[in-house]
Amino acid sequence: MNRIDQRFSELKQQGRKALIPYITAGDPAPQYTVGFMHALVEAGADIIELGVPFSDPMADGPVIQKACERALKMGTRLVDLLDMVAEFRQADITTPVVLMGYLNPIERLGYETFADRAAEVGVDGVLVVDMPPEEADEFGPLLKVRNLAAIFLIAPTTSHARAATICAHGEGYLYYVSLKGVTGAATLNASDVAEHLAPLRDMTDLPLCVGFGIRDGVTAAEVAKVADGVIVGSALVNRIAEHAETPEIIAGQLNSVLAEMRTAMDA
Amino acid sequence: MTVSATGAHETASGTRFNDLTRMPDARGHFGPYGGRFVSETLSYALEDLEKTYLSLRDDPTFQAEFDYDLAHYVGRPSPLYHAKRWSESLGGAQIWLKREDLNHTGAHKVNNTIGQALLAKKTGKPRVIAETGAGQHGVATATVAARLGLECDVYMGAEDVQRQKLNVYRMRLLGARVIPVESGTRTLKDAMNEALRDWVTNVDTTFYIIGTVAGPHPYPQLVRDFNAVVGREARRQSLEQIGRLPDALIACVGGGSNAIGLFYPFVEDDAVAMYGVEAGGDGVETGRHAAPLSSNAPRGVLHGNRTYLMSDEAGQVSNTHSISAGLDYPGVGPEHALWKDVGRVNYVAANDKEVLEAFRELTQMEGIMPALESAHALAHAKVLAPTMRSDQHIVVNLSGRGDKDIMTVARIDGIEF
Repeated sequence: MNRIDQRFSELKQQGRKALIPYITAGDPAPQYTVGFMHALVEAGADIIELGVPFSDPMADGPVIQKACERALKMGTRLVDLLDMVAEFRQADITTPVVLMGYLNPIERLGYETFADRAAEVGVDGVLVVDMPPEEADEFGPLLKVRNLAAIFLIAPTTSHARAATICAHGEGYLYYVSLKGVTGAATLNASDVAEHLAPLRDMTDLPLCVGFGIRDGVTAAEVAKVADGVIVGSALVNRIAEHAETPEIIAGQLNSVLAEMRTAMDA
Repeated sequence: MTVSATGAHETASGTRFNDLTRMPDARGHFGPYGGRFVSETLSYALEDLEKTYLSLRDDPTFQAEFDYDLAHYVGRPSPLYHAKRWSESLGGAQIWLKREDLNHTGAHKVNNTIGQALLAKKTGKPRVIAETGAGQHGVATATVAARLGLECDVYMGAEDVQRQKLNVYRMRLLGARVIPVESGTRTLKDAMNEALRDWVTNVDTTFYIIGTVAGPHPYPQLVRDFNAVVGREARRQSLEQIGRLPDALIACVGGGSNAIGLFYPFVEDDAVAMYGVEAGGDGVETGRHAAPLSSNAPRGVLHGNRTYLMSDEAGQVSNTHSISAGLDYPGVGPEHALWKDVGRVNYVAANDKEVLEAFRELTQMEGIMPALESAHALAHAKVLAPTMRSDQHIVVNLSGRGDKDIMTVARIDGIEF
């Protein structure tokens, strides 16, 4: 069993919801990322989404764009990120790690090389933002045979027919994008989210996790009532940006943002 | 070029394409290129656009409206002009210029914005957005938006806003808002990222008018179809004025919309050689260029399609360099990528220096000032014509006029206004 499936089955038994933080690897510099990952786990993370920095993150708002720019300026490459996961695994063999990013860095490294190395270092899932299931003919099977979950996005505008395709191809969990727009955008309406999640429950047994617009304990707790997991990105990356000049205090900052959400969700 | 006995085109690895006009496939693939590599947040908008386009492309009423606008608003057909004096001085083939510079707004770009504006009107969306490099597509979009009373926002890289001030002001006069993009390399690719971000956020009210044959399906197809009027006219005019098809076609290639427009109606005419001229910048050998095809860049995915894409070993998209903002793009339309692989089109590059020479030469010998983009095509005509006989004919797409570039050239000449 993949670590992601394992984690969701444990959470289900405990009656808890998954808290899934996202950070961009290499932000503000590569040497801090593994420490941040451990800090996130201590603060209550169930799964970690590790962003692969890309020069043209077209589905992301300014917060993640700038994180990518900081990480790239420090020379962070996909191969470095895989090394970070290997290092993380030396101290943590249970927390699932999902790589999230855009296709080109993976395409350039080579699908097979990437999949081999990802499996070897202990990656559990891959979410390629600009690769919908229709374009995953070649890459999808390479992940599957290595027990790496192919995670896909579902949007409020996704048609019923497309949702069925995505559910059929998806593994690990479904990432429901709660808002129209890019990451870091405005506010989120939990009852609206609930309405959109309901038909998906009929299509799939995959856990439904919700991202975009979750900024504090209150929004996290609201979403946790209707979803199986809560994904938080820009709220954390904002803290990294604020303290990029004093990286030694960032881990503590991430911990406090996430711990507040954990407490609110478990209350 | 590889053409089998049956007339099929073949890639080096042996994949055959029987009819290059019947591209893309239903999913927007041109062989291994193209497609719809986008975030799920964009899928709905693209499916919707595809549905709208497919329902209208063969609709005679829609086509009649498009043709009417091209005739009476754009001023089509554009002439095919025999540049006799320049041909003679080059001492070889006869050079004919397809005068897209004479279109309303001064470039081929308006063919596509007229078409997409008609689509926007059918969808009833009150707002259009566009990305622009040199500003020609932005101007063409602002123009059709003004005419139809649509709100218009144009994304433009901050660096391009600086080097194309005249077009920026033109767009503002037309009532558009020009939004400088400060992210990334602050050029065309970043403008496109920002326009895509706007579109996912405002998809209910906004129609995105992409200016080139790149982007996710169905854009490469519909932008090609709207520009193909250039090649259809040139084909007919060649038969009338030359008495036969030309021996060669030349067009500049950034994203590749004017080249596709000229080439597409000739693509199955195997006797017609085709040359796509990319931006060589400081020279392809220096690495400072915008020539993904002729430099054999790796395959990659950007802006929703797979194509040849200039990127570093880690897959980060490279900075590009060109004297012309309109060609300053690291990728290229996916159909061009396929045409390269099957050998149907020869992709070459012209560097900034050669381009300036061609710019000055045409201006002084024919009294026609070309856009710096189009001057890339002219630079290759200078190379090709002398290798051909005087009874052979080359059609060069003069895709735009050079007024917008006067400041750039003046700066190179050390003149400040």
